[in-house]
Amino acid sequence: MLYILIAVGLGIWICAIQAIRVHRLLTSAIWLAGASALVALMIYLLDAPEVAVIELSVGAGLVTVLFVFAINIAGEEELAIIPVLPKPLVIILIVVNAVLLIVLNLPAFGVELPPVLGGQFTKTMWQERGLDILLQIVLIYSGVLGVLGLLSEKKIHPGEEEQA
Amino acid sequence: MTLSIPMIMLLVVAGVVAIGFYGLIISRNLIKVVIAMQILVKGSLLALVLAGRTTGKVNLGQSMALTVIIADTIVAVIALALAVQIRRYFGTLDLKSLTTLRR
Repeated sequence: MLYILIAVGLGIWICAIQAIRVHRLLTSAIWLAGASALVALMIYLLDAPEVAVIELSVGAGLVTVLFVFAINIAGEEELAIIPVLPKPLVIILIVVNAVLLIVLNLPAFGVELPPVLGGQFTKTMWQERGLDILLQIVLIYSGVLGVLGLLSEKKIHPGEEEQA
Repeated sequence: MTLSIPMIMLLVVAGVVAIGFYGLIISRNLIKVVIAMQILVKGSLLALVLAGRTTGKVNLGQSMALTVIIADTIVAVIALALAVQIRRYFGTLDLKSLTTLRR
């Protein structure tokens, strides 16, 4: 189990680094899909199959399709990577961030995972997290508006058309 | 120090969050920024599920993770729609040339 988790974790790191590193946007989106699929596998290994399935279908499926669609419309644009901050400062910030995250969570390092009681996920979701459900409905409605924005074309007024 | 599941998971989470932050800082392409943000959220998603699992509140962690997945997807959809419209109106996705907000 431990070695499988280590392998999946390394896979997530490699996919994430490649998604940031590669220049082509389409390749980057495919690496992101790989990272999402491995994250779903890791969530499954943590005994949360419902969330893993949703992450796999939404994170690795739907979002990738949206990315490919948007990149096709917007087109590839090769930009030289010139960071806003100097690169050494960026690396120091990232390392400090990662170290802080690990140090603050040190008490959790030696903890053994308790056995899963399970079977109550849907009950918790529908009965105790009602506000979350409401929020999700609002978010999905906003998502529909977002897709309309993605698909909408620029309107051409009759006068402009004649001039063109 | 012996290896434990929370230790491995936390190292993975720290790494993924760091990679996401790095991408968010150095990227200049608008779509690449959205990709970096997605990676950052994957790290927090793993952290939420792990937190629920270690504290014994499995269902709470999972339902929060589910909300994060939905919110993350909608953020990606709206950000991509914005990126496409920005490309149409301004002709570029370069964040540096968009900072003036002039046509």
